[in-house]
This record gives sequence, C-alpha cells and structure tokens, in this order.
Amino acid sequence: MVDQAAVVSSSIEEETTGSGDSPLRLALRRLRRNKIALFFGVIFLLVVLVCLLAPVYANDIAHTGPNANHISEIIKVNGKATPVVNTIGLPIGPTYHSKFFFGADQNGRDIAVRLLYGGRNSLAIGFMATIVTMIGALLFGVTAGFFRGWTDTILSRLLDLIWAYPALLLAAALGVSLAVGGVNLGFAHLSGSSILIPSMVIGVVYIPYVARPIRGEVLTLREREFVDAARILGYSRVRIIFSEILPNLSASILPVFFALQLAQSIVLEAALSFLGAGVQPPSASWGTMLSDGSGLISVSPHLVLVPGIMLIIAALSVNVFGDGIRQAFDPRSSRH
Amino acid sequence: MYLLIFTLKRLASAVVVLFAVSVLTFLIFFAIPNGNPALRLAGRTATPADIHNVEVAYGFDKPIYVQYERTMKQIFTGRIQSYTQHLSVFSQIKRGLPATLSVAIGAAIVWMLIGIVLGVIGALRAGKATDVAVSTVSFVGISAPSFVVGFILLDLFVYKTHIFPQVGYVPITQNPVSWLTHMILPWFSMAFLYIGIYAQVLRSSVLDAVTTDAVRTARAKGLSPAKVMIKHVLRVSLIPIVSLWGLDFAGALAGTTLVIEVVFNLQGVGQYTYNAIGALDVPPILVVTILGAFFVVLMNAVVDILYAVLDPRIRAGKG
Repeated sequence: MVDQAAVVSSSIEEETTGSGDSPLRLALRRLRRNKIALFFGVIFLLVVLVCLLAPVYANDIAHTGPNANHISEIIKVNGKATPVVNTIGLPIGPTYHSKFFFGADQNGRDIAVRLLYGGRNSLAIGFMATIVTMIGALLFGVTAGFFRGWTDTILSRLLDLIWAYPALLLAAALGVSLAVGGVNLGFAHLSGSSILIPSMVIGVVYIPYVARPIRGEVLTLREREFVDAARILGYSRVRIIFSEILPNLSASILPVFFALQLAQSIVLEAALSFLGAGVQPPSASWGTMLSDGSGLISVSPHLVLVPGIMLIIAALSVNVFGDGIRQAFDPRSSRH
Repeated sequence: MYLLIFTLKRLASAVVVLFAVSVLTFLIFFAIPNGNPALRLAGRTATPADIHNVEVAYGFDKPIYVQYERTMKQIFTGRIQSYTQHLSVFSQIKRGLPATLSVAIGAAIVWMLIGIVLGVIGALRAGKATDVAVSTVSFVGISAPSFVVGFILLDLFVYKTHIFPQVGYVPITQNPVSWLTHMILPWFSMAFLYIGIYAQVLRSSVLDAVTTDAVRTARAKGLSPAKVMIKHVLRVSLIPIVSLWGLDFAGALAGTTLVIEVVFNLQGVGQYTYNAIGALDVPPILVVTILGAFFVVLMNAVVDILYAVLDPRIRAGKG
C-alpha cells in the first residue's frame, strides 16, 4: 500500500529543496566526501575484523589460546633463549614476532592473543549495550515526546532519576549487584559472569542521555506538516509513530547517537571492568587486561599500554566516524 | 520574590529526587540481587542456624520497606558499618575525603582554565589549523578513558623520565609542595576529557558574543580589544560554561575519582569504594552511591538557581 502521507510530504520537500533526493541519500553523499570520517570508519572496521579473526591468529600464528599458560616456558628471541616469565615474576616484553608479539602477562599468556579475544568481548558489549540504550531511549523518548502531558512528566522524571547518578558510579553499583548472583529474567537465567550483564548495565545507564534528545526531536516532528497530513488521513497514533516519526528519526539522529554511544559504551566497559564490576574472569576484555596489568606498570608497561592504546584507537575511530555522520545529516552543513 | 519562589520550588523538587535516589539505590542492592545475602555474610562453613542468625541480625528476614527504613536510619545517623571489617563507613569516607576533593577540585580548575584559554585562542584565530587542533584534542579526550590517560602519563613522566614522584597521596597540611607534585598527573588525567569540550563550547559562545550589539558599541566607543574581550565578551560567554562546569565537577567528583585514585594510589573515597567492590562489600558502595547521586542532584539545583540569578529571562518562564 502506498504511504499517502509520505507522498504528500515528500512532494512538499521536493519543492523546497529543489532536488528529488531523500535526506538519507543527501547525507550519504556528504559522508562519502568526508575523507577523514571515512578513513576512521575504515580503521574501526579493521579493528572489528582483526578481533573477529582472533581464533585464526591464535591457532595459525601465535599457536596458543587466550587463557593458555606458558609461565615456565623458554622461547627464542633473536637467537637468545628467554624465559616467558623470569625468576622474579616479570613477563617478557613485546617480541614483535609470531609468538608473544606484544609480550606476555604475569601468567605467561600471550598479550596479542588476549588483546584480540578481549577485543571481541569489549566490542560485543559495546554493540549490545548500544542496542539496549537505543531501544530503551526510543521507547522512553518517542512515548514521552509524542503523547506529552502526564505520560511525558512521569517518563521524564524517571529519566531524571537515572540521570542523577554519575554514569560510572551507577554502572559499578548495578554491576556489583548483578555479578553476585546473576539475573533471573523469568524465561532465562544469566550467570554472574555472563557478558550480557555488563552489556545491560551499560545500556541502561546511558538511556537518559539519548532519550532526552529523542524526546526533543519528536516534540518538533509531531508538529510538522507530514504528521498533520497523516492525522487528517485518519492514521492511528501508533501508525503515525511507526510510519512517520520513526523513519524520520532513523534518517537523522539515530545513526549519530548509535556511533557516539558505541564509543561511550566501549569506554565505560573498560572503566567498569577495570573496577571489577564488569567482565568477570576468566573472560578477557580490554578493561580486565588493564586491570590485570595495573600492578606491574612500573616494570612491564606493555601490560596496560597495549590494551589501553587499542581501546583509544577503537573509541576514537568510532567517535570521528560518528561526527562525520552527524555533519552529513546536519541540514546546516554546507557540504552537498 | 520571584527568585525566592523559584529557589524554593527548585529545592523542593530536588528533595523529591533525593528520596527517589535513596529508594532506587537501596533497591539496586537489596531487591535486584539474586540469592540470599546472608549466605555470603555467614561464610563458607556456615550451618543453616548460622545463616538464620545472620538473617535476623541484619534484618534480611523483614519486609523490604522495613529493611529500607532501617538502612536509611543507619546511614543518616552515620552508624552504618562495612560487612567485611565492621568499620564505620562514614569514618572511612571522612578519612579519604581530603584526597578525593584535592584531585577533583584541582582537575576541575585545570580543565576550566585550559579550556578557557584554548577556547579564546580558538575564537580569536578562527581558522583551519586551530579548529583542527581543538577538535583533535576533544576527540581524543572523549575517546580515551581517564584511567588509561593516567597510565600513559604515569609511564611517561614517572617510570620512564622520573619527572614526577612515585604515586601516592601527601596531605597538603603535611607538605604543600609534595602534595602538588603528586597531584599534577591525576589532575591532568582527569581534566583531559573536558579540556577539548570546554574549548569548543567557549569558542562558539565567544564567536556568538563578538557579533552582539553590546560588543560593537563597546568597540565603537574606543575600548581596547583586551578590555572588550574581558568585560563584554567573556562575561557573557562564560555563563553556559559555568553551569556546565558545576555539573561536570559533580560527575567527576562522584564518578571519575573512582578510577583515577586507583591508578595513582591516592587512598581516597574512590579507592575505598574500589576495594569494597573487590570484596563485594555492599554498605560502602551503597553509601558512596547515595552520597554521589545526592551531590549531583544538589549541584544541579544550585546551578539552576545560580542561572536564574544570572539570567533574568529564566525566572520569567515557568520554574
């Protein structure tokens, strides 16, 4: 069935913009011209790809697993026999060879292998948390903004309540509380060490940060001509939300917030796991690697620098790419 | 009169939020967790009778609202104790507070000052190179967790070059110079996130302010550029920054100190909380979370009221 309201509104927009292109296509064209944003987008894709290939690296290049312990082994580095962990407990530094490329940790585990496996967890948590945030923020933001009145008042006060906590503090409190006994969802039980727990915690904590701008956007969208047109055509409110409001959001602020939240969630996962309230052992993540290595920073800085710099590269590339998306969707942007 | 009513209204709504925060925080620790807390408290070798004794002693057998009332009473009379060592939570927090305040206040001053300087420079020489520099700083700032910045600074300036002393906290009353040298790296690690953001916000508000009539008039009457900048431009453009600063300071004090204190071994409230998280010791985390959120809520109210004092247009609208 043809969406009449959309036809009406798009013909209006065609007149005002003077071209037949949808805002989405315009934005994509602008994004393609933004070389810096594209460059960082490719970097992030590479990070994701390398982490996905962790088993290949582990089996075919490093010949070890993320939790395999080589504490009493001796390997050859540049022809010299070197213990993986020496007699006073210090791990070997980066060899830049297939084995122990980034060195080992105190337990004789290969840092490079753990970096990739840990990256899978960090990225997976980042993506899942972002999806939780976006779904929660859409539910709250669209409902509050579209129905206004007392619905808006109640939902906004609820968001204010979560907003009152510093993100890290609330996440740590929830993380500790849930890590102890896991979560009973009724239909499924999550154990305390599941990575779904930090994903949910981080996702929930950031809901208000995205729900507020969505609510504001919906408040203005519902006054636009195409929504009036849909109302006059007798569309139900639910149908207006799904056929008019949501498509507009997904072609404007949703992609921007998705990218920014992805970076934020990856960063918060690291802080949370560093505090011991995120990913639980034996699972690795960039945050737990930072936590494990923090005690030896004075003598083996590679233990924290390797996961730390990887984390910065991942978050930075998403942030810059996300800003590229923001500029591309910004109607005031001069680039066409 | 308007201002008084606005202030009272704002404080009343803050009190409601404070109550809600106390309930939610309590529920996070006492209703959400799966499993009996008495099991952990009683230890591994506990008999069913031991577990029952713990339940009765801590009131876990009572209805949830009775437990809430009891816990809040313990908190607000300052009698609450940790599970593991049975030490008073408030005396431990008091002991850590000087270090926590030192790092948070210092960092807030650092990011404010550097942010203003960079923002003004960015506005005065608006152009490609400065824009790129400021946005690079802010992108790296929001992408690098403060504790990772802390580790990098620690490696560069303490372990590789020995410019700054080893980690730890020296009270300002004991040796002000040593206090300062121990504080500089934590300050910059914490401030790094905000410097770029503040510079960007200030830069755009300065650029807005210089095109106003007031500034044009000030220039026309022959005021020197420096005086125009300080008396007319900065005074207006600092208002949004100051309110931002209040909120970020509250968030940093109650949030970021957690990780920064651990990296630099500052033994403040953040590290106390960190240790409690490691031991799954609920009371310290509960109290710190409530106090942290209280501080954020109160700072929010103070900022709103200050804003109304500074900008009469807000008072006129509905509160």
